[in-house]
Formats: sequence, C-alpha cells, structure tokens
Amino acid sequence: MEKTVHHEGMKIHLIKTDKYKTNTIVLKMKAPINKDDATYRALLPYVLQSGTNTYPDYTEIRTFLENLYGCTLFVDLQKKGEYHIISITMEVANEKFLQDKKPLLNEALGLLADILLNPKIENHAFNEQIVAKEKRTLKQRIQAVYDDKMRYANLRLIQEMCKNEPYFVPVNGFLEDVDPITGEKLYAYYRRALNEDEIDLYIVGDFNEQETLSFCKEKFQLASRKAREIQKDQERINIKENVVIEKQEVAQGKLNIGFRTNITYGDDDYFALQVFNGLFGGFPHSKLFLNVRERESLAYYAASRLESHKGLLLVMTGIESKNFDKTVKIIKEEFSAMQNGEFTEAEIEQTKAVIQNQMLETLDTSRGLVEVLYHNVISGKTVTEEEWMEKIKQVSRDDILQVGKKIHLDTIYFLSGMEA
Amino acid sequence: MEQIYHSQLQEELYYEKLANGLDVYILPKKGFNKTYATFTTKYGSIDNHFVPLGENEYKIVPDGIAHFLEHKMFEKKDGDVFQLFSKQGASANAFTSFTRTAYLFSSTSNVEKNLNTLLDFVQEPYFTEQTVEKEKGIIGQEIQMYNDNPEWRLYFGTIENMYHNHPVKIDIAGTIGSISKITKDLLYECYYTFYHPSNMLLFVVGPVDPLKIMNLVKDNQAKKTFNAHKEIKRKFEAEPEPVWEKEKIIKMNVQTPKLMVGIKGNILHQKGNQMLKSELSAQLLLDLLFGKSSRNYRELYDEGLIDDTFSYDYTQEQNFGFALIGGDTRDPDLLEKKLKQILLKARTGENLDAEDLERVKKNRIGRFLRALNSPEYIANQFTRYAFHEMDLFNVVPMLEEITFTDVITMAAKLIAEERLTACKVLPKS
Repeated sequence: MEKTVHHEGMKIHLIKTDKYKTNTIVLKMKAPINKDDATYRALLPYVLQSGTNTYPDYTEIRTFLENLYGCTLFVDLQKKGEYHIISITMEVANEKFLQDKKPLLNEALGLLADILLNPKIENHAFNEQIVAKEKRTLKQRIQAVYDDKMRYANLRLIQEMCKNEPYFVPVNGFLEDVDPITGEKLYAYYRRALNEDEIDLYIVGDFNEQETLSFCKEKFQLASRKAREIQKDQERINIKENVVIEKQEVAQGKLNIGFRTNITYGDDDYFALQVFNGLFGGFPHSKLFLNVRERESLAYYAASRLESHKGLLLVMTGIESKNFDKTVKIIKEEFSAMQNGEFTEAEIEQTKAVIQNQMLETLDTSRGLVEVLYHNVISGKTVTEEEWMEKIKQVSRDDILQVGKKIHLDTIYFLSGMEA
Repeated sequence: MEQIYHSQLQEELYYEKLANGLDVYILPKKGFNKTYATFTTKYGSIDNHFVPLGENEYKIVPDGIAHFLEHKMFEKKDGDVFQLFSKQGASANAFTSFTRTAYLFSSTSNVEKNLNTLLDFVQEPYFTEQTVEKEKGIIGQEIQMYNDNPEWRLYFGTIENMYHNHPVKIDIAGTIGSISKITKDLLYECYYTFYHPSNMLLFVVGPVDPLKIMNLVKDNQAKKTFNAHKEIKRKFEAEPEPVWEKEKIIKMNVQTPKLMVGIKGNILHQKGNQMLKSELSAQLLLDLLFGKSSRNYRELYDEGLIDDTFSYDYTQEQNFGFALIGGDTRDPDLLEKKLKQILLKARTGENLDAEDLERVKKNRIGRFLRALNSPEYIANQFTRYAFHEMDLFNVVPMLEEITFTDVITMAAKLIAEERLTACKVLPKS
C-alpha cells in the first residue's frame, strides 16, 4: 500500500486509504545527533513554523490553518537511536465530508513547502524577533522536563548510562547553548540541514496519487544529497552495574533501570527481543506487572519498553522510596527468571498475540502508520507488515533464551524522596 | 434494531435498548483492523451520597470509592481479567471520571470472545477483604504519582477553589486516608446501586457485523438476571454561585511557575440540544478569546507570558461545569491579571469580533472530523453525550447553526467576577 517515489533530494511516500476523514502529511528530516548541532535543530522547526514570506507571522499562519477547516500543524523532535529527527506534521479535513468542496490537501502541502523552503529571511538571517521568542520558548521546554518527574528520571537514566555516547544528547538540546544562537547562525544551520539531511515526505489518505505527486514535485525542489549514516554500536557489556541515586522532594520515588540488549531494529533477533520484552514488562500480563504491582503491591506502574534503534531495554516504576532495595531485588529476580526460561509456551503465544494486536492497532492511525514505515528509513532495512507479523509468529523459546544471553543490566537510576 | 445514517459523515449507527434497560450502540468502521468497545456506567467520583439499593436512608461513602471499585472489577476468583484479555489477543483498560466509570478493550482478533469477556467481568463482581487490602498499596502509589504531577495539582486546585460543597472538588482517586476506610461490603453496595444495566451503555466500534454483535449482546444479557430497575437517588448539597476561594498557591518541587484561571459554570441542568448548544457556544467563545489565531494569544506569547503548554477548555455536566485557562508562565500574577481582564471585557462583547466566528467554526468542524478517525474518541464521547441526551453526530449541524449573538449571549451569561478563581503552582525556593 505504500508507494515510494525518489524525487530529487527527498523521498515521497504515498499511502492511499479511505479509512480516514482527513489526509495526513508528515515531513521528516534526519541527521546524526551531536552536541554542537542539537540545540539549533531543536529550535529550527519552531522558527520555521512562525513565519514565511507568504505568511509573515505566526498569527497569519494560524489564521490560514483555521480557515483551512482547522488544519493542524505541529512540529516536534525525536531521537531514534543516534539520529535526531525533525518532524512537521499536518492533518487536514478531506473535503468529501464537508459542504464546502474546495480541495484542501494541496493548500496544506503548499503551506508546508512554504514553511520549509520559503521562511522569513532578512539579510541571510532569520527574523531576530521570531528567533528571540522561540529561544525563550525552547528554554521553557528544556526546563519543563524537571517538573515532570517521570520524564526527568528517564532523561537522567539516559544521561548516566550513555554519558560517553552521542545518545546522551537530550532531544531539546542544552539550556546553555540557547542564548548564543542568532538569526544568522540559525540560518546557516538551516541551509546546511536543508542540503544535507535525509528528507522523507509521507502523505496518508484518500487523494489522487498522480496529481498529488506532481504537485509535490513542483513544490519541493531540493538539492540531491547522500544520507549521513552512523556506525552501528559495538557490543557493550558493562561488567559492573552503575547505581545512581538522586534525592529530591517527591512523594513517590522513580526507579528507572537500563539494560543493553545489543540488538537493534532490523537485526534477525529483533523479533525475539520484542517477545522477550513482552514477557518481561511490556504488558499487564508481564512479569513486572504481575510481581512488582499485583503480588507485592509496591507500585501502580511497573513496565519495560525497548529503545529499538539504540538497543536499550528500559524498566520504569514508581515506588515508596523506602522500598528501593526490595523492588530492585524483585526486578533482578524477574530478569533472571526470563534468562532462565521460566515462562510457558502458553505465555509465549499470549505475548505474541498481544504484540501482533498492538502492531495492527498502531497501523490503524495515520501517524502510527507513518512511524512504523519510518523505522525502515532509520534502520535501512525494509520489513513489511506481513513479514513483521510472520517473524513474530516464528519466534521460538530458544530464540528468546538466546536473546536473554545478550542482555545486560547497565545502570540503575533512582530519584528518591528526601525521607529515605 | 434501529439504524441511523449520517450521510454527510458517511457513518451508520445501530441502536437498541435491551429488555433489561441496557443501551447498545454499534458503529461499523470499514478498513480498520481494530474493534474498540466501552461498557460504561453513569457513576463517577461525584456520586458519593446516595440511597443504596434496597435501603431507605441516604449514605455517604469514602472518597475515591468509584475509582477503587473500577480497579477491583478486574480481579476474579480464578485470576485477573487482564490475563484473560491478553490470552485472547486484546488489551483492556478502564477509567473513572467525575461522572462515569468505563471499562474497555481493543482487539484485532477474537472480537466476539472479548466482548463476552467485557460484559461478563463487569457484571460479575468478586471482592474479598484480602484483595481489597492488597489494592490499597497499589492505589496509594497511583495517588502519590498524581501528587508529584504539577499539572494535576493545578487542575484540581482550581476546581477545589470553585466549589464550597460539590463533590467534584474531591480527587477522583481519593486520598490514602480515605481509601483506607474502603471495605468489600461498601464496594458491593456501590456496585449493586450503580451497575444495573439500565444505568449503563455499551458502545462497539470497528470492522464488525452489527447484527451479529447485537445478537451476541442480547444472548449474553438474556442469560443473566438482574434486580428490577429502580431509580437511583443521589444527593447533592446546595451550592452557592460564587467561587469558594479566589486564590490558591501550591508550592512544589518545580522550576517553572504554572497558572490556571477558572470560571465556575452557572449553566446547569440542561440536556439534549440545548446543552450541546451551550457547550459548543462556550467553546467557540474561548476559541475567539484564546485560540492560536487570536490577538490575545499573540500578545501574551509575544510578552513571554505563555508558551506551548497554554491551553483552555470548557465542560458542562448536570450540576457543575467550568472553563479552565492556563499553562506554564514566567509571571503567574501578571498572566492572571491579563486573563481576567480579557474575560471580563468579553462579558460586554467589546473584544469579540463577528468576523472571526466563521473561522473558528471552520476550525472546530475540521477538528471534529479529525476526532472521528479515532474509535476511542467516538466511543467515549458518544457515551458522554448520550448520558446527557445529546447526539455526537449532531455537532457539525449545531456548530453551523450557532450565531455571533449566541456567543455574545454566552459570554454575558458565563463570565462574572464572583465566579472567577486562580490557582498557581510555584517553585519552593
């Protein structure tokens, strides 16, 4: 169902479906993450969406969008492995459900092209007022992590665990790097990103493929480039586990534990890793939920998830600070139980069914679908939906045991209350 | 079975009220993998003062019991219902709001089996003293998690400011102290009072055959016996119009101050189209005042008083309602002053412009279409609307009908100095 067209400087992916009442547009820009560029990158899309030569300020862009039947436009940043991804997402009503039949998709695509290629520039610099406002908001965004203790604990775990790797760089960049940015420097970075990033454009919905494609080709004219790829991580085995305890005034302690899986998306044993994670902590039938929460009443949430492109398995739970030792002990016991194969065939089948269900549900949303397809761009491997389903089905007990041998506990981070 | 076709939206809805009083709605969605079903009772955290089934006297139950009951429904004699759902390839969940408790699953296979499981587990309570005690630790940690969450504290702080007596001011999960008083007998009492089929609604949305699903539900229900339906008697203390407190400051371990301004709602006891019109008119009013294309938004953003956490909303229920406006800010006092000024000016309509209304209406219509991509939104919102005799699929025609006069009238009615309040979360140091 995905049709990919290589256009000069970018790939255009068209996914035609009549499931939705809207059409979704996602533009992604990918580059290796590094400390020097990260803050520029975190600022750039917010400045781009604040003014173009056609719509010179934020209010005019927003007025245009509201008139376009509440077309959404939002930008965000992601870390996918050691890549730093800028996304610009738009969702626009399909006029077939409106009284007013004026076509809306091209209008939205036109604005996207304007935002990306025709920003408000004066003398080789972004407008200084816009830059100043967005710098202020970026600082607030960076600081906001501190107020959300769950996100904060996750960020701190990654900082401690990956301190000597590019992955350490936070998705919104560094507070101290915001002030020195000027409209001129940001413009220079923009030119570089526009010429060097790997760019993918996804369009999902019910539209005329030929017309939309030729419209995109006309609107998005970019220089050709070769994508910058990162080296795959070496296998990492931490001999001694790293324990970091930080104290703050919190009602609930946040315990986050990082494991290295040494397996990333696209590897042969990635599917067995998915099943391993599902049995261990991915679901309400998993070992962590059943033991930390249901058996011991220690927590409300106790789960694990994969950072698929970096090869991490991250455990997170919120507990009373005095229960730190007890909880760590249980999580370690459950991890050993996984490595020792203490799970039944029935549990394996149950976990596979839930993983497959989760994937199908993700594919039901246009943005979920784009995220799944984008895994192929990040990993450089193509896994179709059918292959994905089939490979999960084929995972055997032995595959899960082999995966278990490759996973090592690396860092335990605990945000403790003051009382403990 | 009734069939209701909405031609503009190209959606076909099926409905039947069963003999035991249960309302069943089915919305087929072609092309989707997932089926999503919610089974909801009109019973939430505010229903804490009522006549228990089979008794004559009003009784007050501990804070947080509706939510506690929701947790305990998942535990059965032969194990946990989460397990059963996941064996059937489904994921299950539940939530408790001020006025509703909903149980739900989503699955891409075994839909019929999962639907029977959903109906059965909600209609077969099983509580023991031991499992009730065990849950207190888990919910205690859920409460602590929210205690550390500044957005939640700000939200509840604002609502708490508004009400003198109304139980909406009580945290949905209760407190560690209040849940310690919950027993299995109290849970059964609440259960039998509020979980009668005539107080509930089932919504199924997904790639389903409506007739098959309706027959399954009927068969399932026909096998069970329920007490005769009796009207539920709930009691609410009289509530004065003005807010209880004008100001509150909560000091927390945060770096960025947060402000919320609330308007205590005074449009109560409505239902059907009248209520739909009020709710949408108030939302359009807030769009005009604070939407991203508004002059106010721009000025506040340019002055650095708001950032992308800024948001606003209006909700109306039977005997309470409120508008909430706010977010992170460097200067909560100044932002409070400015938001209140904007609101009070709107009361006389002087900062509202008829020309802007068409645009914000278009915006709302597009937003609604987008929301219809989501089975979760459809099931949950439809249920909420139906409990108030409103029709979700009437939102677009109603939006088209609302005039500038309606919005001006709403502003004059809804906004008043004595019903404004502010809550701030400030850094400790």
